[in-house]
Amino acid sequence: MNKVTFNTDLCKGCGLCVEACPKKIITLAADVLNKKGYHPACITDAEKCIACAMCATMCPDVVITVEKNV
Amino acid sequence: MVVFKKPQSLSPVPTHYCPGCTHGIVHRLVAEAIDALGIEGQTIGVAPVGCSVFAYNYFECDMIQAAHGRAPAVATGVKRTNPDKIVFTYQGDGDLAAIGTAETVHATTRGENITIIFINNAIYGMTGGQMAPTTLPGQVTTTSPYGRNPMIQGNPIRVCEMLSTLDGLAFAQRVAVDTPAHVNQAKKAIQKAFQNQIDKKGLSIVEVLSTCPTNWGMSPTEALKWLRENMMPYYPLGVYKDIDAKEENK
Ligand SMILES: Cc1ncc(C[n+]2csc(CCOP(=O)(O)OP(=O)(O)O)c2C)c(N)n1
Ligand code: SF4
Ligand code: SF4
Ligand code: SF4
Repeated sequence: MNKVTFNTDLCKGCGLCVEACPKKIITLAADVLNKKGYHPACITDAEKCIACAMCATMCPDVVITVEKNV
Repeated sequence: MVVFKKPQSLSPVPTHYCPGCTHGIVHRLVAEAIDALGIEGQTIGVAPVGCSVFAYNYFECDMIQAAHGRAPAVATGVKRTNPDKIVFTYQGDGDLAAIGTAETVHATTRGENITIIFINNAIYGMTGGQMAPTTLPGQVTTTSPYGRNPMIQGNPIRVCEMLSTLDGLAFAQRVAVDTPAHVNQAKKAIQKAFQNQIDKKGLSIVEVLSTCPTNWGMSPTEALKWLRENMMPYYPLGVYKDIDAKEENK
């Protein structure tokens, strides 16, 4: 399976990855606060990820690593 | 297989930038270019005054911080005394196109063999949202509270168009970072601007249409939309000068 990993402590909850994801499988975790006090981004349905890295391309804080299953 | 990870030339530290500020994206693109060209050990960056004043904390290469607007002059000195190094400046629009206009224009016309990364976010970010030379007609800032009126505050400066009239310029491209496709285009432009310096072609500048969600008073996603709808028509994307292309046409 493709894998998207978030370095959650660095996330500022800006939502640019949420908007960029063509599969609409990223959300800001409403019930979680990270160290910085932001609602961090997370994946809702990892199975649907196509490893396009559009989320990571738009992330200003280099929170996201994308791995493709080959 | 890893398809996306942090570039090596970018320091593994949190940045001080506001949430969704596109300075972070452009920092990453610069680091990706340094990685791709394998020049981390030879590169010297010059940070400006502005929100990116701390850029020296975020790159793994050597960095200097210049007085406000003086980055191209500092870069000139560094490059002339260390011609084997790759020297870049990273500057906002207040830094490059207001207080540093003279340094920008003259470094360009002298054809200094340096690379300039220019962040056009149409405002002074660091100092709290004052009007910049690049602020759009009608745009509200703390020093144009009724919207910039060209009859009173003058017209904005289109930096790529202005510099492209100067003979010393090798390459000028305006890009944006509002969508993944545009970010990838910006990445290519930045890499070319560094490659040109390796090839000793003269001064290369990449102007990046960027956002300042905090001082624009918008969410980060609204700011990207505002950039697209308001900045892009006034500041068209494209290559304004490329001496390679000229050679091909001969
Ligand atoms: C000599 C001098 N004049 C004025 C200032 C105040 N000042 C600090 S940053 C800045 C403008 C920053 O705007 P910009 O270059 O657009 O960068 P941004 O913060 O938007 O990234 C100004 C006027 C200063 N630090 N030094
Ligand atoms: S890699 Fe593509 S599909 Fe997967 S989460 Fe990121 S944007 Fe969505
Ligand atoms: S783009 Fe980056 S910083 Fe912004 S919410 Fe997504 S992971 Fe967090
Ligand atoms: S004030 Fe504007 S330019 Fe400065 S870090 Fe915040 S969003 Fe970015």
